[in-house]
Amino acid sequence: MHSDRAPLGLKLAAAFGLAFMHLPILLIFVYAFTTEDKSYQWPPPGFTLKWFAVTWERPDVWEAMQLSLKVASISTVIALVLGTLCAAAVSRTRFFGREVISLLVILPIALPGIITGISLRSAFNLADIPFSFWTIVLGHATFCVVVVYNNAVARFRRVSGSLIEASMDLGANSFQTFRYIILPNISTALLAGGMLAFALSFDEVIVTTFTAGQQQTLPIWMLEELVRPRERPVTNVVAMVVVLVTFLPILGAYYLTRGTDTVAGQGK
Amino acid sequence: MSSSVDTQARGFLTSLSDTLWRKPGLLVFLLILPPALWLGIIYLGSLFALLAQSFFSIDEFTGIIQYELTFKTYAELFRPSNFDIIIRTVVMSAAVTIAAAIIGFPVAYYAARYARGKWKALFYLGVMMPLWSSYLVKVYSWKLILAKEGILNWLFETLHLGWLLNAYLSIPIIGGNSLSVSATGTFLVFLYVWLPFMILPVQAALERVPQSMLEASGDLGAHPAQTFRHVLLPLALPGVIAGSIFTFSLTLGDYIIPQIVGSSRRFIGQAVYAYQGTAGNIPLAAAFAVVPILLMAVYLWIAKRQGAFDAL
Repeated sequence: MHSDRAPLGLKLAAAFGLAFMHLPILLIFVYAFTTEDKSYQWPPPGFTLKWFAVTWERPDVWEAMQLSLKVASISTVIALVLGTLCAAAVSRTRFFGREVISLLVILPIALPGIITGISLRSAFNLADIPFSFWTIVLGHATFCVVVVYNNAVARFRRVSGSLIEASMDLGANSFQTFRYIILPNISTALLAGGMLAFALSFDEVIVTTFTAGQQQTLPIWMLEELVRPRERPVTNVVAMVVVLVTFLPILGAYYLTRGTDTVAGQGK
Repeated sequence: MSSSVDTQARGFLTSLSDTLWRKPGLLVFLLILPPALWLGIIYLGSLFALLAQSFFSIDEFTGIIQYELTFKTYAELFRPSNFDIIIRTVVMSAAVTIAAAIIGFPVAYYAARYARGKWKALFYLGVMMPLWSSYLVKVYSWKLILAKEGILNWLFETLHLGWLLNAYLSIPIIGGNSLSVSATGTFLVFLYVWLPFMILPVQAALERVPQSMLEASGDLGAHPAQTFRHVLLPLALPGVIAGSIFTFSLTLGDYIIPQIVGSSRRFIGQAVYAYQGTAGNIPLAAAFAVVPILLMAVYLWIAKRQGAFDAL
């Protein structure tokens, strides 16, 4: 009786679940064009492109965007180095404390963000470190390591040991083997992990509220607008742009790791 | 001349790599050192600094932190006003987790059992996109939906069901002036934001159930509903528990969603934020932050016994 066709009830329930996850985001796209600027009126009284021009002229939006891009880039580079090293060590051998290390990597993302945030803040206070661009990066890099690690560790397991031994037998030293054998094999996984780390950092708000001083990243700017709205249409436009900007790395990471046993991004 | 320098450099690299090859322990040590130092010092160091602060207390008159070991701050957690916050947060987390399991299961089930080829990819991206899109944008979209002049109220009015919504909002605790300042609103946003975290592990668990097992159950005379109840559900349970780890933990610690959509009744995250910020009561904030850590430790211990980690 168990055929390949799904029962109607299941189809409807699955469709409902997917619709519930996607309709709210699509709504953002409609609101970015609305002529109404005082309230969230539905249906929109009219449509205009005016707010895109207004947003383009806003220096605070540009500054926040630049800071977010800078923080995300540097955090991604740090996370790439640390995550790859960690994955290489954990996947190569069984050593004392291996479980502890993999737990340590996952912990910053397994515990609620507010705990990571408040811990870092109280540590900065105790150590008398002033809040700056670098305190934001410090926090972001810490929780970005896990996404790179997850992607890299899955790929390292599939790089066969005999390839490495063959390279050594042919006279290459460890560094040459890394450069010509290991790196090409893991590069797409690293690229995917890096993209996801970038998206994660670009979007992060909870830890950032604790580790940023006066600087505003784009999410902090948005949070400010959500709590105390000043110009709603500008927020609508920025929200739409943010959705589009984060879509690209996710799609990229998906296509880079498609067909492998673990696809990127499963454990955010 | 230059060639001899070159061979010297290469000679050094070769001998270094030979040493590393002969002593794999040294190689692992060198690989693990930078990440271990980073996470150990920056992350664990901060975490312990926080935990240590929860054993200090604050002088009620001067507002100065007293650096003496005491459990006074933990006792404060059990004052009715603080304990209410903890209960409210745990109830909300449990409600969000259960609702996410109910809504997410059919999506995961369809994706794992029936979707093939192009549809499979579509379902996958259909879960990944909401998972990875901006958290604040997702919260913002619900502010638009739940606003008094927003789409949900408009929908109820157009269907002439406005009275139903008003009747619902007049219920104490879960109701409020409008959906955007009610506990129901907070619940909906939590559910929306964390739902993909439930679907992925459930789908992974369902995909590992062999088709032949379901066929065997059918051959032995079980009705599809019986097969579902007695074969599929027990096998999918570790996945559901794995997903619930995420939904539960994420709801426990969030302080932004209830701040933007919700009533004035606070959650643990908001309490932590308020005590460490304007109130300057770091010890109490730290003690509040320990609550989710302890709850998650217990939860993870139970989950591990149920075999949830194999489904991650």
